[in-house]
Amino acid sequence: MSAAISTAAAPVTTAAEEKVAVATQLQLTWWRFRRHKVAVASGVIVLFFYLVAVLADFLATNDPYATLAARSYIPPQEIHWFDADGSFRPHVFALEGKRDMKTFRLVYVADPEDKRYLELFVDGYPYRLLGLFETNLHLLGLDRGAPEEALFLLGTDQLGRDFWSRLVLATRTSLFIGLAGVAISLFLGVLLGGISGMYGGWIDTVIQRVIEILRSIPTIPLWMGLAAALPATWSVLQVYLAITVIISLIGWTELARVVRGRFLSLREEDFVMAAELAGASQLRIIFRHMVPSFLSHIIAAVSLALPAMIISETTLSFLGLGLRPPAISWGVLLQDAQNIQALAIAPWLLMAAIPVIVVILAFNFLGDGLRDAADPYG
Amino acid sequence: MTAEPQTILEVEGLRKWFPISRGLLRRVVGHVRAVDDVTFSIKHGETLSLVGESGCGKTTTSRCILRALTPTDGAIRFRTETGEQVDVAKLPKAGLRPLRRQMQMIFQDPFSSLNPRMTITDIIAEPLLVNGVRDLETRRRRVRELLDLVQLPAAYMNRFPHAFSGGQRQRIGIARALALNPALIVADEPVSALDVSVQAQVVNLLLDLQDRLGLSYLFVAHDLSVVKHVSDRVAVMYVGKIVELAPTADLFTRPRHPYTEALLSAVPVPDPRRRTGRIVPLGEVADPANPPSGCHFHPRCRYAVERCRVEIPALRPMADDHLARCHLAEELNLAGVQEGHPPATT
Amino acid sequence: MAEPILSVRRLCTWFHQDEGIVRAVDGASFDLEPGHTLGIVGESGCGKSVTARSILRIVERPGRVESGEILLRRPDGSVVDLVKLDGQGREMREVRGGEIGYVFQEPMSSLSSFHTIGNQLIEAIRLHSDMSKKAARDRAVELLTLVGIPRPAQRVDSYSFELSGGLRQRVMIALALAAEPRILIADEPTTALDVTTQAQILDLLRKLQAEQGLAVILITHDMGVIAEMADDVVVMYLGRDVEQGPVETIFHDPAHPYTRSLLQSIPSVLAEPRSRLRTIEGSIPHPYARPAGCPFHPRCADAIAGRCDRSLPEPTHLGARHAVSCFLYGGSGVPALPAGLLERAE
Repeated sequence: MSAAISTAAAPVTTAAEEKVAVATQLQLTWWRFRRHKVAVASGVIVLFFYLVAVLADFLATNDPYATLAARSYIPPQEIHWFDADGSFRPHVFALEGKRDMKTFRLVYVADPEDKRYLELFVDGYPYRLLGLFETNLHLLGLDRGAPEEALFLLGTDQLGRDFWSRLVLATRTSLFIGLAGVAISLFLGVLLGGISGMYGGWIDTVIQRVIEILRSIPTIPLWMGLAAALPATWSVLQVYLAITVIISLIGWTELARVVRGRFLSLREEDFVMAAELAGASQLRIIFRHMVPSFLSHIIAAVSLALPAMIISETTLSFLGLGLRPPAISWGVLLQDAQNIQALAIAPWLLMAAIPVIVVILAFNFLGDGLRDAADPYG
Repeated sequence: MTAEPQTILEVEGLRKWFPISRGLLRRVVGHVRAVDDVTFSIKHGETLSLVGESGCGKTTTSRCILRALTPTDGAIRFRTETGEQVDVAKLPKAGLRPLRRQMQMIFQDPFSSLNPRMTITDIIAEPLLVNGVRDLETRRRRVRELLDLVQLPAAYMNRFPHAFSGGQRQRIGIARALALNPALIVADEPVSALDVSVQAQVVNLLLDLQDRLGLSYLFVAHDLSVVKHVSDRVAVMYVGKIVELAPTADLFTRPRHPYTEALLSAVPVPDPRRRTGRIVPLGEVADPANPPSGCHFHPRCRYAVERCRVEIPALRPMADDHLARCHLAEELNLAGVQEGHPPATT
Repeated sequence: MAEPILSVRRLCTWFHQDEGIVRAVDGASFDLEPGHTLGIVGESGCGKSVTARSILRIVERPGRVESGEILLRRPDGSVVDLVKLDGQGREMREVRGGEIGYVFQEPMSSLSSFHTIGNQLIEAIRLHSDMSKKAARDRAVELLTLVGIPRPAQRVDSYSFELSGGLRQRVMIALALAAEPRILIADEPTTALDVTTQAQILDLLRKLQAEQGLAVILITHDMGVIAEMADDVVVMYLGRDVEQGPVETIFHDPAHPYTRSLLQSIPSVLAEPRSRLRTIEGSIPHPYARPAGCPFHPRCADAIAGRCDRSLPEPTHLGARHAVSCFLYGGSGVPALPAGLLERAE
């Protein structure tokens, strides 16, 4: 009998054990996520892309909307890192367009005499930083003359717009349309999935049938129909919002199912029953016990839903159903690379596919890592 | 009502039938009679054990008493602190809350019964918080008291459940159940998930707590050895019905129902010198959705006569407090276990 | 004494995990004699199941047999070391299921739900013999009869989910016997079953052993099952065999403090009602926090300071077949490995 008392003796534990013993869910998740090297790297890449998106105008060198027929289809420019005297002074050569009289194509010839030196933090076209501060400061520019005249890091498109600047701005559009879409889906998914799983009965049946119907609709014809229904008079911003809503109206179903499933399984957990028997209210059970238990699953589900949203936007825009010029998104940029003639003349336009692939892969690896780490008790 | 002032719980004619639905229209085609006419009572400070094999309805019975399930029929009369009797079976959900404080539960699985995302303090103090103890310091003081009561160091207060072993988690679950000073504890297989050496600690703890706090236990278990160590009285269930109810020593030494005899003889005894012939019932436990006619045990019973096939026996009183549901209870001389110490403890 | 049919010598099976190395089995040695039942008993984390899986060479990654010998003696007198065989290789596959049959705890997950039990039996029979399909089917029915399945001729065409837990475990035993092995390893074969079903399965195992002259390794945490079934017993604690000997000696003259405390802490149907149990202090250490020296010393009432916590005791023979690894009985020790994790896994 007395033997059992000794379990109450002061425990001898090491500092490391104590650290694990009092570690919160977030810490345990982080420790586990950290071990997943690919996921951590992907997380860094995703963050980097969002940083680019936030600072898009600052990173752009030229006005992405500025057109000039005389600059049509300039190939990516070569940067010369060292000056003639061997000192490190990156510069580009000014270009002169000449018509090739045999092919009637514009051919650009670099003028080695006319060096334009690259400089940091220069003035350029005016924009609003973070949508707030009016400024014309850009990361990269030239020492003399407007960059629109001579700086084409990734070349230009048919209308002579700088491809690098357009790509940076497209990143912003595409990444944020995903975020907004996921936010709406998340709201709908958690709300409807939660109601469905928590209350069951006929509400559950109705919501489940709605989900099944929505999921059974072939998406591309639906999008085509909805896109056609958008008034042509709408501004770019309105179309943008409409597209977001359209995408998320389909996207919420998957999340709703995840949430419903978690609710159903958590309702059976002993600790939920213990709270109920202690007299805890429904609200407390939901928000103190159930939501924290599946929050991590939701985060993982979101990180896997985001790339799906981005792909949806890109697909829609590529097919001409989503955003339309003058809006700039990855899909819009890829649309320019749609016809074979443009591709033959300007293959660099295909580069818009690279960020799409990188971001989608990074999101998927990140989501996998989060999902594995999400349940540190599992 | 005042004839038995010391009774804390009276269960009478308790039924819980689960409908079986089939087809597209979910038509009810039958019922699983998980609990079918169960009657028993528990006195203050007493331990009544419900034993039986899986599917016998013991867990369903305990969940009905706590109203985690709503009974199909029957009465569950609980005597509150103020001495009045309340029928838990008929209360609306809202009326249950004040009663919950007085009836608490200890769970089987020490892993799923604690929310892994809450600290030990938050887990044990939750019943206090939701029952109006708003002051943090009061709660922390009570948690310290409770940890001391279940023999865990107060230094563990800020830890999370993942830092504890199964036995320690079970102690935490017990502390939570005790937080509101309940009078009745329903313990659903509280030690069956634990290792032998830890099981003994928790069994002793439950006995000590009962002595110190005057608790009443409804102890649900399948392990007859553990039941012998904790119970004052034992109720044996088979296919939704109590087949025998008797004081512990009486039931183990002189069973009156052939099923109890079979259960007792099937328990492996930790003594190689006692390898004796066993009375193993043939076949399988009956299906509660489609129980056999007459006495549910008759297809497996070696004493069964024609009458057992057609007539359902009643739970009848034998000598002193001993109830059995068998037509032949008076005639049979069934074998129990001999009292005495197992070899190693002598 | 007959020559052992299977000898395990200083078996070490370790799991290489991110957090470090878990020494699940750490130097276990024992012999299995032909026609005998060897009981391996211990609490969770003692490595009894990993020992069985090591013998069958089915340890799951990241676990691996690090060192030691598992010597299988063939009827022609030759001896093969199973550790040296390729775990996935043809020779090991012939041993596994051929010379050594095995039964696990979960009959549901060990049987396929997509094939009839007959087809699974026929496959197992034909894998280790060149019987025709027709003959194999007859043999399958014969095996089902042997393990006491009612109406075997019909049951041969049923699926595992149509059977109850007890019948499924009987099918598992039939599968294990399909290739007429000389050794049967049963890992907690009755833990998932109810007590009357457990008694039936244990009776079956005993009958089969007598009829077929099998050597059985029975792994369980239940001292009662060991007392009923085993001829010889190995008691394991944290990956080591702390004591072994004939069942009579282990239960009536145990030497190791762990064996003694374990036997005293078992609840028994023979005990006085409401009697306290003797307990073992503390709980089983977490696999990452393995104590230095004798693994039991932190919980041992008789630990010798400066000795038990410094070095690992080697087995000392107390009788011809009774050995104990404890410094209380003299004996030599080897310097202890550092406590806790052995080394960080790269």
